[in-house]
Amino acid sequence: MEINGFKSSDEIAWCPGCGDFGILNALKKALAALGRPPKDILLVSGIGQAAKLPHYINSNCFNGLHGRAIPAAVGAKLANSYLTVIVTTGDGDCYGEGGNHFIHNIRRNADITVIVCDNQIYGLTKGQASPTTDLDYETKVQVGGVVLEPFHPLETAIALGCGFVARGYAADSGHLSGLILEGIKHKGFSLIDVLQPCVSFNKKNTYEWYAKRVYKVDGDASYDPGDKAAAYRKAAEWGERIPIGVIYRHEKPTYEEKRGIADNSPLAEDNIEDVDISGTLKEFL
Amino acid sequence: MDKEITIRITGEAGQGIQTIGAALCGLFKSCGLHIFANQDYMSRIRGGNNFFQIRVKESPVLALREKPDIIVALDKQSVALHRPALAAGGSLVLDKKRFDISGSDEAFFDVPLYELATSIGGSEIFLNTVSCGVVAAMTGTEFRYLELIIREAFAAKGGEIIGKNIAAAQGGFDFAKNNFKKQEFLLKPGRPVNGALLLNGNEAIALGAIRGGCKFYSAYPMSPSTGIMDTIAHCSKKYNVVVEQAEDEIAAINMIIGASFAGARSMTGTSGGGFALMGEGISLSGMTETPVVVVDAQRPAPATGFPTRTEQADPDLLIHSGHGEFARVVYSPGTIEEAFYLTVKAFNVAEKYQLPVLIMTDQHLADSYRDIEPFDMNKAKVERYIISREASKQVSGYKRYRFAPSGISPRAIPSWIEDPFYADSDEHNEAGHITEDALTRVKMVEKRLYMKMDGLSREIVNPVAHNLEKAGTVLIGFGSTYGVIKEACLALGPGFASLHLPQLWPFPASQIASSLKGKKSILTVENNAGGQLAGLLMRETGIKVSGSILRYDGRPFNLDYLLERIKERGVNGN
Repeated sequence: MEINGFKSSDEIAWCPGCGDFGILNALKKALAALGRPPKDILLVSGIGQAAKLPHYINSNCFNGLHGRAIPAAVGAKLANSYLTVIVTTGDGDCYGEGGNHFIHNIRRNADITVIVCDNQIYGLTKGQASPTTDLDYETKVQVGGVVLEPFHPLETAIALGCGFVARGYAADSGHLSGLILEGIKHKGFSLIDVLQPCVSFNKKNTYEWYAKRVYKVDGDASYDPGDKAAAYRKAAEWGERIPIGVIYRHEKPTYEEKRGIADNSPLAEDNIEDVDISGTLKEFL
Repeated sequence: MDKEITIRITGEAGQGIQTIGAALCGLFKSCGLHIFANQDYMSRIRGGNNFFQIRVKESPVLALREKPDIIVALDKQSVALHRPALAAGGSLVLDKKRFDISGSDEAFFDVPLYELATSIGGSEIFLNTVSCGVVAAMTGTEFRYLELIIREAFAAKGGEIIGKNIAAAQGGFDFAKNNFKKQEFLLKPGRPVNGALLLNGNEAIALGAIRGGCKFYSAYPMSPSTGIMDTIAHCSKKYNVVVEQAEDEIAAINMIIGASFAGARSMTGTSGGGFALMGEGISLSGMTETPVVVVDAQRPAPATGFPTRTEQADPDLLIHSGHGEFARVVYSPGTIEEAFYLTVKAFNVAEKYQLPVLIMTDQHLADSYRDIEPFDMNKAKVERYIISREASKQVSGYKRYRFAPSGISPRAIPSWIEDPFYADSDEHNEAGHITEDALTRVKMVEKRLYMKMDGLSREIVNPVAHNLEKAGTVLIGFGSTYGVIKEACLALGPGFASLHLPQLWPFPASQIASSLKGKKSILTVENNAGGQLAGLLMRETGIKVSGSILRYDGRPFNLDYLLERIKERGVNGN
């Protein structure tokens, strides 16, 4: 599949220089490498800058409610297992408004991929703190600085036993597209948290700030992403050095496998005309 | 006159009251008698006081009575609690020795329930079967019917358990046969209808969903709706339905919207509190034009209210649920049969008009059992309104929200057609991309509201009337009050008519206006305090009702209660 096949004609509404452009390119590249046609891909999003992303890709899109992309995506995947289902969401959408779904869908482990464009700030509502904003960062609302402990998505996901936990960097599109492709190929819930500068509202975590800090774990032969304790320590690194790459990975049965429906044809294809319920009616005689 | 009696089984939660109730329902049904049964239970798993009440009649019944003719008390406190409720000439079965009750009361029928259970079965567990035997004898039921019920109920438990239960039932039966001399409760067996069913409203909705092609059900447990999920889950493997317990109601509604978008007919069920949480999702269904079916089994509110009791206070919530303006349908089935047929229809209408269809029941309908004739599958047919897999091959240049004269854009299933497509909760253009264009906005609003409402106005489920032509007084209701209003009108005579609304939205305004033309007195009968149906009538038809008979103590209407309220008003019907 050519990358141009995923090109959308919709006009892009992001600020120039937005980290989302790098993520968009990485996702398109990953989809081209995946080799499935646009009709077999479903991108699901909620609300926020990241949630606009599916419009900028030529594939199926369900742009639902703020915080509710994951449940809609899981519903779609269970109904039509033929689709490759990918969520594009943000730190507010996924970790704030949709926090409960984030937790329980890691537990559920349906075969979807969740890409979180994590710019550590609320962009669409103009600069309030998000769940991942660093402590002490000042905003118009968080006068005097953020006092809430930041949410730690990777540590949370590892603690919940998520089978694929990765972190990418928006400015390293090539590396990120590799992580996304791996995430899609992983069977079960995959999380890719993407460090993403917000040029309009996040004056701290800028391209320059990240450039000095990010490093890849992929080349480090001594790092074993299958070691949960090591992964947890790696995920907790933040400050002078910030790791990117596959932080934690382990294979485990998906929701579909555990429910015994993994090999069924998609529910959507069942013939529902004239369902014979006489067998069950006998239980009510 | 067809004879009838009302039986109440009462005791603590956990004593197996429902087990006895279910067995007696099965017993009377197998004798060709008709029943209406309802459980009155507290929101607790053990202790407290619960009761199961069965009205048995030689002809079909649609409602409960106020006073039981027979009470079976399984614990001491039930005796004092329920004695005042006993009908004149009624009997109260109790175990005086066990309950340490020495006083005499002409209504008492003292049975050594516990002694029989332990001496015959070897355990107090057999109290239930002993009690069934007692009631069977008091009502003149042949023992062989009870034996059959026991064999079926314990089929999976093996011969020894079956044998002990039959012996325990026989013990209770023989004791009552020899010691109970009253003839008033003897019922004449009828001819059982072949294939007749015994089920409650929740089970009827679950069966309707499966028949209606539901492939995905996601819900968060909430009384009194949970029975729907239980029933679908129970047979989910057989019909390849995926049932998933969601982390909350918000997840449930969004999961079914996603599943429906991807091509599976989908449903959720909840009660008022959960439905309130789903509000934004209802709006999403309206905006993205994704069909969903949502059940609200109402219970008394606000907030947590009475979790296990009944009320009809959600019509305004459902009719106005979700922010913004879009078309939706609200059904309010009044019987087990309507619950089944309207659920099938809900899936068809949701798919045809691509919107949310809400089914409003209440605890009384959800949990009440009635014997009914077999469903007619010709009246419960799936109609499809998507671009079929076959037709999908011919589609090109697809736009999800293409403007059409009917307002309904042909709906494709992703991956079936060659074109990928977009659906959006933001305002969107025909292609589903976000737009802020004013003209597009106007056309999309009209598509989702006016054009769909126009189509829906031709699909209205008509009100169900009895004796409307002759009567001067009309009693109107919706949902579970159907049976009690109809029976009350029959009891009151030719001056009274009943009018039941199985659909509340779009409101059947013209049908009702013509039904009520020239009527002297119009009363709504509602299980709420606000008279929401009366308000709806005023808003939608300009008709001001003469009054409303309202009950909001968390208990269902019964025939005697309703007749009493009508009598108090001095309404004579002419």
